[in-house]
Amino acid sequence: MKKTLFDKIWDSHVVESIPNGPDILYIDKHLIHEVTSPQAFNELKERGISVFRPDQIVATADHNTPTENQHLPVKDLLSRKQLKELTQNCEENNITLYGLGHPYNGIVHVMAPELGITQPGMTMVCGDSHTSTHGAFGTIAFGIGTSQVSQVFASQCVLVQKPKKLRVNVNGKLKKGVLPKDVILYIISKLGTNSGTGYFCEYAGNVFEEMSMEGRMTVCNMSIEMGARGGLIAPDETTFEYVKGKEFAPKGEEFEAIKAYWETLKTDGDAEFDQEYSFDAEDIEPMITYGTNPGMGIKINGSIPMEGGKSDAKALAYMGFKPGESLLEKPINWIFIGSCTNSRIEDFRQAAAYIKGKQKAANVNALIVPGSRQVAAQIEAEGLREVFENAGFTLRQPGCSACLAMNDDKIPAGEYCVSTSNRNFEGRQGQGSRTILASPLTAAATAVSGKLTDFTKHLN
Amino acid sequence: MEKFITLTDTAVPLEIENVDTDQIIPARFLKATDKAGFGENLFRDWRFDKNDEPNPDFALNNPEYKGSILVAGDNFGCGSSREHAAWALKAYGFTVVVSSYFADIFKGNALNNGLLPVQVSPEFLNELFVEITKDPSVEIKVDLEAQKIGIPKKDISESFEIDPYKKTCMINGFDDIDFLVSKLDAIKEFEQKKSHKTQATTPL
Repeated sequence: MKKTLFDKIWDSHVVESIPNGPDILYIDKHLIHEVTSPQAFNELKERGISVFRPDQIVATADHNTPTENQHLPVKDLLSRKQLKELTQNCEENNITLYGLGHPYNGIVHVMAPELGITQPGMTMVCGDSHTSTHGAFGTIAFGIGTSQVSQVFASQCVLVQKPKKLRVNVNGKLKKGVLPKDVILYIISKLGTNSGTGYFCEYAGNVFEEMSMEGRMTVCNMSIEMGARGGLIAPDETTFEYVKGKEFAPKGEEFEAIKAYWETLKTDGDAEFDQEYSFDAEDIEPMITYGTNPGMGIKINGSIPMEGGKSDAKALAYMGFKPGESLLEKPINWIFIGSCTNSRIEDFRQAAAYIKGKQKAANVNALIVPGSRQVAAQIEAEGLREVFENAGFTLRQPGCSACLAMNDDKIPAGEYCVSTSNRNFEGRQGQGSRTILASPLTAAATAVSGKLTDFTKHLN
Repeated sequence: MEKFITLTDTAVPLEIENVDTDQIIPARFLKATDKAGFGENLFRDWRFDKNDEPNPDFALNNPEYKGSILVAGDNFGCGSSREHAAWALKAYGFTVVVSSYFADIFKGNALNNGLLPVQVSPEFLNELFVEITKDPSVEIKVDLEAQKIGIPKKDISESFEIDPYKKTCMINGFDDIDFLVSKLDAIKEFEQKKSHKTQATTPL
């Protein structure tokens, strides 16, 4: 039978299929962090069960960490306790932890790929919905709840119904100033936030083939925002080149041998999908969101749709926008470049290239938060820190930061923030904050002009 | 896990679509390391205004609406994987959530915590909203064994789907950890086979 990329990886990881029920799916790599793991460790302790395969688990601290003075004890006592429990739990169970201050520390979906922990053909889970990011490598990666975290601790498996298959094709040539973030925001604006529910999505077409690994990660990261459990892209030379030489990637002959297997990981011609959509790259422009879910997106020079139901009206009331309104010239006081969607070196290079020689507008607070210590070091090495600082941007230490505002990095109530993160839910970036999702380039341009502008006119 | 077989109770209508887990339990309450106490912060920023006063327009604050069934708009539980959302709903006192659509991860989390997600047609959901708002004392019956939800007094009902494995778990109060631990021998055997195949570099 013809198989999709997704079938090939899934089927090779099924330990057993329960008749009329879920599959027992074997998990190659389990990533954990401080927020969704403590209750799972407690569950195990209460039942007297030990961690089955600690070598296949990697931990980091990212969600609930400060982005300033990481060398000092964490001020917030609840956060400090949560981080301490992670350290203790990892020590007691022989799990590798890259905690705060470790050179490998960072947002779980940034540090694992850059260390070569993420590899094609794997199954990966994490107690975080943006685990879909790792699908960029041709990996089945998805977010799980805390009960499932304890299941993986106990058995290195999850019980899960095989999802249906969806393919999204984008072909053609992207316009100047259109980044991978715009591509995925465009797709979600067209398909809606629950179009992917029950599906695993493969992204195909020359647009994804020509993207860097960083760009592919941005796209796969937001698969969950259209409801899909995960998204994936067939691995190719770009993928192999990225993985090669990474700290935990196979080396030498072992690499060449496994690469031969990775090369087989593509959808067979004529393999069937349950659902398929196609878009033209030429139709995509820089995107922004205007509402309180990521599907409420428009072109930056477009206007808010006139029609909508009760829930759309609620969203617009929260955002302080009106149907039919254009958001160009809207003053913006906050921008955030960071999060597991857009905090990799390429994102900062793109922002810096625009910012270089310019100044942020006086009204703007511009926050830059790298995804990992390695990205932070790269920013330093490439001289990007000077670019950001000379332009008046604030560069912080790595973490999830203002994406979910668990730490002190919050947007004040009522303020708009053009943010490269993934969710514009009510209060996501702080109580009462209003998030406008966009690409790093759009965020950088907004910081410079102090308002939303059609910056593509000024691009060389 | 507690068993769930049938339930007849009044319901609280939450006529909002795309309720995300950040609304169910905002991130600032995720610093706890145990499962206790999330109920008091359920829908925190919708239930209370910025001065911590209850918002009288929010359904959960309406004294007319009571009960252990939450009836919510389309695409309930989208967003983050935080199981804290399921814990918060359960701790507040809900046992059933009804919607025309549930996000995948939330649905799984709910089932793992004895909180039954009941997916109905958009038309039936609308009927439920109409009946509940017309008469908040109207009782809804959820029968998991028969996979039926309805309003006995009005003689309206609809069937709902549930994964047969999860149905058995809910009815008997079983959970997945016990089941998976009972499968460890098969899992070890799979690992042996898998590592052998990977070394041979053939597709598994």
